[in-house]
Amino acid sequence: MSPALAAKLRAGLFWSAVAAILVYMTIPALVVLMTSFSPSELLEFPPAGLSLRWYARALTYPDFRDAFANGLIVTGFASGVALAVGAAFAYLVDRYSFAGRGVLEAILSSPLIVPHFTTGFGFLLLGARLGLSRSYGIVIAAHVVLVLPFVVRSVYVSLRNIDPRLERAAANLGASPARVLARVTLPLLVPGMAAGWLVAAVLSLTEFTASLYVTAERTQTLPVAMYGYIREYSDPTIAAISALLIIATTLLMFAANQYLGLSRVLSIDGH
Amino acid sequence: MATEHQARGANAVELVRVSKSFGPVLAVHELELAIRRGEVLTLLGPSGCGKTTVLNMIAGFETPSSGEIRIDGKPVTAVPPHLRDTGMVFQSYALFPHMNVFENVAFGLEMRRLAKGEIAAEVGRALEMVKLAGLEGRRVRQLSGGQQQRVALARAIVIRPKVLLLDEPLSALDKNLRAEMQIELKELHGKTGLTTVFVTHDQGEALSLSDRIVVMDRGQIQQVSAPIELYRHPANSFVASFIGEINRLPPARCVLEGSSARFELGPSLRLEMHKARGLAAYHGRMVNLFVRPEHLTIADAHDPVQNRIKVRVLTHVYQGTHTLVRVDAGALGTLQLRVPGGEVIEQAPLGAEIEVALNLDSAIILAD
Repeated sequence: MSPALAAKLRAGLFWSAVAAILVYMTIPALVVLMTSFSPSELLEFPPAGLSLRWYARALTYPDFRDAFANGLIVTGFASGVALAVGAAFAYLVDRYSFAGRGVLEAILSSPLIVPHFTTGFGFLLLGARLGLSRSYGIVIAAHVVLVLPFVVRSVYVSLRNIDPRLERAAANLGASPARVLARVTLPLLVPGMAAGWLVAAVLSLTEFTASLYVTAERTQTLPVAMYGYIREYSDPTIAAISALLIIATTLLMFAANQYLGLSRVLSIDGH
Repeated sequence: MATEHQARGANAVELVRVSKSFGPVLAVHELELAIRRGEVLTLLGPSGCGKTTVLNMIAGFETPSSGEIRIDGKPVTAVPPHLRDTGMVFQSYALFPHMNVFENVAFGLEMRRLAKGEIAAEVGRALEMVKLAGLEGRRVRQLSGGQQQRVALARAIVIRPKVLLLDEPLSALDKNLRAEMQIELKELHGKTGLTTVFVTHDQGEALSLSDRIVVMDRGQIQQVSAPIELYRHPANSFVASFIGEINRLPPARCVLEGSSARFELGPSLRLEMHKARGLAAYHGRMVNLFVRPEHLTIADAHDPVQNRIKVRVLTHVYQGTHTLVRVDAGALGTLQLRVPGGEVIEQAPLGAEIEVALNLDSAIILAD
């Protein structure tokens, strides 16, 4: 076999592997996306035609509208609180060594260990005991716990990527510690904080398992409302709303990557 | 000016028995140093010798484990960095990436709460001094290495620091630019007159830029001297080997005879020195002889010289103005000669047996 042919074969093999992975990763979303255009009353795949009627229904269905509004409230507060707490925590962990630092780090990464339904169930019991089970507060509290590790990690990575000599240079030029923070550290942390906030917001907006426990009818978020819908009906509305969520999230992530360099922020580039 | 000078004392910075350890590692040991107002003082030494730690202690980034640091006669050991009025140029420049050139240079003045107009005028003057006028609006990422270096310099001098601290500022530049910046640094010092502490491991930079050089090794000062003095009269073998190229001969017994001296390197190997002055203390003792490559010459056949040594040519390193010739000198080990021009490559080809004249009059003789 000639080397040129071998190289072609290798390239062919590589690209087919890439294509296979891509198809595998995107196939569930593609199936839902295609079904959402189905003209039929039933959830069927592949669809027999092309129609936007289920999009119209998804956008006008009152439960979805209320749930989406609830979701915005919960996500707004949860991601905001997570950002403030997470950024402060990341700063403390990066800059100060203190007894119990390791324990604190472990607790913070525990949502990756503790299943979402456990967190949800815990807050459900707690909410009931405190008489908060119907409030947004308990939903927000649960979401903060779930998204905080992602904010901490994002801010922490950005902090590690800030050259400590920049802060020294600022101090050397006469900036007090508070002014170093305000004029150098914080501005350089903005991309990391924005990325952390964005990930938190997306996770919170689409979180289902814990939300199922802690939301009441009045406070249910979109994924919970979607679950409620699919238990009662089996038409493609649910596919349409799923497609809308995917499209919105994709656009958001794309914009973030363009303007914030999300991919850069989410990984440590060594220095 | 003179009275102010006297009132503030002749020293800009004083380090009094300053030690610094990092855990079990002693980085700086009982350092005693006075930096004179207006001088360029270089801290020179291999990496890990403690020179950067000294700089960081003057700037306030490190706190001495013991001892005292004074700036303008006032103890500053407990003063935080932002109140010390030192101006530091970092090795990697540490320019603020989220600010443009103007904002970088203006930062120190803003911290000093100067009026806007005053800041603009001072920044303009500083950028003029480092030949960057007109680049105020540039992002620092858009600048070349040399330009970044100048911004870092402008940012440090614009605050008129009590002492300018340069941490290997030229090490990130390519060779030509480095030579150019050396000259500019010298000119800049002429214009500003700032007391400057320069940290480097490059002896060439140290020799060309400094009023005085502090040679450090393992946290201790080995010698403090003017460059010429340091080159001609190193205080010990560390300094002799660290500054410039040098040949270290095997240990020899020094025997004085009237006005001349004899060095016995072995039973049949002796070197003579005619004008032996100030060697009385070495009589009968073992000494180390150091000879610079430029003090070794290829002996002329009909030229009677005292120390003729038969050698074999090992390598030539042609360097334009001169050629470094490495020779095998038998019991004396490998020696290096510095011969002007490049003719030697043909006159004494590789493997040739030649004679080398070893003039000890400018040799360095040390007892340690």
